[in-house]
Amino acid sequence: MKIEVRLFATLRENRGKVLHISLNDGETVREVLNQLNISPEEVAILLVNGRDGLIDTALEDNDVLSIFPPVGGG
Amino acid sequence: MGGYIGKIIRVDLTNKSFKTEALDMELAKGYIGGRGLAERYYANEVNPMVDPLSPENKLIFATGPLSGTPTPTGGRYMVVTKSPLTGTIACSNSGGRWGAELKMAGYDMIIIEGKSDTPVYINIHDDEISIKDAGHLWGKVTSAVTKELNTELGDKVKVATIGPAGEKLSKIAAVMNDIDRAAGRSGVGAVMGSKNLKAITVRGTGKVKVSNPERLKEVVAACNKKIRENGVTGQGLPTYGTAVLVNIINENGVFPTNNWQQSTFHGAEATSGETLAEKYLVKRVGCYGCPIACGRHCKVDDLEAGGPEYETIWGFGADCGVSDLGAVIKANYWCNEMGLDTISAATTIASAMELYEKGYIKPEDVDGVPLEFGNADAVIEWTKRMGEREGLGDKLAEGSYRLCEGYGVPEFSISVKKQELPAYDPRGIQGQGLAYATSNRGGCHVRAYLISPEILGLPEKLDRFSLEGKATWVKIFQDFTAAIDSSGLCLFTSFAMGAQDYADMYNAVCGTDLTGDTFIEAGERIWNIEKVFNLEAGIKPEEDTLPTRVLKEAIADGPSKGSSAKLNEILPEYYEVRGWDNRGIPSEEKLKALGIK
Ligand code: SF4
Repeated sequence: MKIEVRLFATLRENRGKVLHISLNDGETVREVLNQLNISPEEVAILLVNGRDGLIDTALEDNDVLSIFPPVGGG
Repeated sequence: MGGYIGKIIRVDLTNKSFKTEALDMELAKGYIGGRGLAERYYANEVNPMVDPLSPENKLIFATGPLSGTPTPTGGRYMVVTKSPLTGTIACSNSGGRWGAELKMAGYDMIIIEGKSDTPVYINIHDDEISIKDAGHLWGKVTSAVTKELNTELGDKVKVATIGPAGEKLSKIAAVMNDIDRAAGRSGVGAVMGSKNLKAITVRGTGKVKVSNPERLKEVVAACNKKIRENGVTGQGLPTYGTAVLVNIINENGVFPTNNWQQSTFHGAEATSGETLAEKYLVKRVGCYGCPIACGRHCKVDDLEAGGPEYETIWGFGADCGVSDLGAVIKANYWCNEMGLDTISAATTIASAMELYEKGYIKPEDVDGVPLEFGNADAVIEWTKRMGEREGLGDKLAEGSYRLCEGYGVPEFSISVKKQELPAYDPRGIQGQGLAYATSNRGGCHVRAYLISPEILGLPEKLDRFSLEGKATWVKIFQDFTAAIDSSGLCLFTSFAMGAQDYADMYNAVCGTDLTGDTFIEAGERIWNIEKVFNLEAGIKPEEDTLPTRVLKEAIADGPSKGSSAKLNEILPEYYEVRGWDNRGIPSEEKLKALGIK
């Protein structure tokens, strides 16, 4: 299956903004982080299709995964 | 006692006289300073039914006990009065250096009364206070006023001033200080304008006394460490400013677009904090004593200017359908020059765009600048016209509620108690919705920033669609925020610091032994006097609500599609948590327990 990964803020450095990644069925967000060399500690907000996700959330074909480092304040 | 100077200035503009008097330290014990103490003074002295723009209204500029001390972000001051926009108590908070300078000049607060018959400014230089003619400054934009006063009085003088919008009594006028910092919300600039007071200049060469300097060093070092090591205050805010929220809020599908007709924006990336940093950022700037430095300076074409903040980018960007970040920077600049609140100015233009789209405002009314969603020129041009009350800009200067009501469609105004909502759609963030509805100054995100737990996951992640526990969260955030605002520090420190940290700093500065709990309890006391004032000012309990569109329609698009506001399910629980009756009126017992009655 293929998913879309959107990276933000400092996570874009050397990686890009939007990536398309192939995964095996049943694989989770953790595999994506591994592939992109992002350690879980760098991640503050994880969204799967705009809804709160977790490191162990299993992904499905065409999912959109958005990953943010710690940011904030309005 | 350290922290407090113990002295306030009382200015009578009608008679062009002033005197200094001792600060009421008994009141300071219960209400800390800044927002809380100024509101207590205000409520004691002013009839809640006062017309906000009449000479009988008073205007207070207040610092907190920690302003001007070595604590992190000790540069803030607050403007307290009755709002001409909402009719509620107003308390607008600003950074920069002006607040710290007032403390160093030797004053905790300035209370301004009456109305001058001609334009004046107040000049404070340590012990010397004078009321001076401002005829030559009237009509001028804020940067010109600041430059002129710095030329007359010296570079080191700090200037707080209104622009043309405040002079012309725009109900969304701000007080600007240090060129680009704003006590923005609720029309406090119009109250200043109604008194013919153009500016207050301050120069202070003294020091704020600290009760326990050794202890303060330790505590400040510990707090600075927390600020440095926290992901938000140590990394996110310094690197990207507040603008980094654009993509986060849009990815969650709660980024109001085209006057809240949609909740995701195709131009989010183009107007994001990442794009701002890549294409426009010149430098980072911080307020007095701030280790975070979330402020930005940006350049577009020949213009280099402060800002823009997240809320402003959203307002002139997504809410007006504009994906040109350069235009947003320019509109922000013109808000600062005119002395307009950016949130209210931008969202009033957005509501005018909907009026135009639906045929209420006619093409012949717009003097060559169509109020079309997505028109980048329009956000710049209409900001100027609003500031000067030119043409239809005269109606826009009244804020979105009065504008839309004039066309018979108040529901196009996305406001609570007539003050425009900021950049987060509460239909997909239920706690924030409750916070908007119950805010004591009308639509506002910084009375209780539930975005922090509901979106950013701080201090812990809450489910943004759920109501569970939210009533308590909102109450605690409201109380805690009121206490922080009263201390004289910036709310952003609370991403990294807890109640005990503030109490520790307060104790070291003032020589007291407050606990984290008593600090928050002072916030609760402050929240309750605000509510009591509003009720006495004629604000009805039913006005604790959300805009019609937000209450009645579900989110139309994006990842939060279909979710709607559940305010009515949670409001009774919130009142119960507050110890108020089921209409939201504080009970006698509660007021007694808090020492208010
Ligand atoms: S965090 Fe930002 S707004 Fe707050 S004091 Fe620092 S620079 Fe000013």
